Amino acid sequence: MRDLRLAVRAGGGFGLGLAFFLIVTVMVPFSVGPESDLLARIAPGVLWLGALLSCLLSLDRLLALDWEDGSLDLLATAPLPLEAVVSIKALAHWITTGLPLVLAAPVLGVLLNLPLEGFKWVVISLLLGTPALSVIGTFGAALTVGLKRGGLLLSLLVMPLYVPTLIFGAEAARRGAMGMQVETPLLMLAGISAGVIALMPFASASVLRINLR
Amino acid sequence: MSIWEYANPRKFLHTSERVMPVLWVSSGLLMAVGLIWGFFFTPDDYRQGSTVKIIFLHVPAALMAINAWFMMLVASLIWVIRRHHVSALAAKAAAPVGIVMTLIALATGAIWGQPMWGTWWAWDPRLTSFLVLFLFYLGYIALWEAIDNPDTAADLTAILCLVGTVFAVLSRYAVNFWNQGLHQGASLSLDEKENVADAFSNPLYVCMVGFGLFFVAMVFYRTGTEIRARRIKALMARERQEA
Repeated sequence: MRDLRLAVRAGGGFGLGLAFFLIVTVMVPFSVGPESDLLARIAPGVLWLGALLSCLLSLDRLLALDWEDGSLDLLATAPLPLEAVVSIKALAHWITTGLPLVLAAPVLGVLLNLPLEGFKWVVISLLLGTPALSVIGTFGAALTVGLKRGGLLLSLLVMPLYVPTLIFGAEAARRGAMGMQVETPLLMLAGISAGVIALMPFASASVLRINLR
Repeated sequence: MSIWEYANPRKFLHTSERVMPVLWVSSGLLMAVGLIWGFFFTPDDYRQGSTVKIIFLHVPAALMAINAWFMMLVASLIWVIRRHHVSALAAKAAAPVGIVMTLIALATGAIWGQPMWGTWWAWDPRLTSFLVLFLFYLGYIALWEAIDNPDTAADLTAILCLVGTVFAVLSRYAVNFWNQGLHQGASLSLDEKENVADAFSNPLYVCMVGFGLFFVAMVFYRTGTEIRARRIKALMARERQEA
């Protein structure tokens, strides 16, 4: 709990991810043109990509601060297993980054002329998918925590891991917006989230142990 | 003979140096025979004309691209479980070979796709998953390069390889779901009636075996280089200490 509170308070990047999401979304009409049909068609995908990128952007702060001031070493020797520590870290990241993105998505959807029935599905798919993004991102952050300039490498490592989540999430949102049935991608997305939440902390913790050695 | 004996780098070097000439020669011969047979002594396909002949590069390269990653996975597992140093270096040595094979498969695929499908690239599941595989290779190699301590690097990349494998397989299915394919199914499989005609498949098998042996030889060679590089580093460190 202390960790969670600390992560929320220390998160100077709290609004930053949100602002980045806003900027990306605003930039899209500038780059593809303002036709509302086109925007409506690509809106779910753009929202998903924007959420993914702002998630990615905030990852290098996830463990780096604790690494620098040595509190990560303390956490590693604490009675709490490291698996639980990284899970809570991921949860904190999701609450500070993922949840605001989910809440902001419908507002930005208005800017992109998202069809009316799409709002519900964009929010639901993001709600199901962003925890997976946070958990996978924690693994990437743990991998690169010891590196001086890990930021770019972090993106390179995490992006391919995001592929399945992005595909199913954006597909669910897209189908929802076009009024098609969404169960299958939504179930797959939920499956990925549940799977990575259950298994990924072990990988992240073992990687962190290697880095702390 | 067990793989644990070869955890000793000297033993590994000794054996691999005796095996390597055989591997080089046989893989070179097989590749030459397979490619020449394939390019000059097979009939043109009745629909694809002579463009079909790029299959002799495309399929073996694609096969090796996947198997190289699989070999890295096994080598990483052996390293993680039993601290087999040569195994970790073999995984490191295999990655650049694998990424080149992936690139060859993508490039020949594009060259083949241009006249056949009328496009260099389509977001077909097979093509897309190969591109994702390419990204995984890129991340793996970049992580090796980024970390100074060799043991830490071996550990971290091994775990990345394990996690990456799971996600690569996941992506394969996700991509399948995401878009319908343009690419044909497997050209050679044991349980299917309709395969590539014998005239094509025989030189293709020769090429595949040749590519496989070439890959093994490459990995032996590069692993030897890695071992020597590490030895030089150790010697230099000792010299500095004495000075």
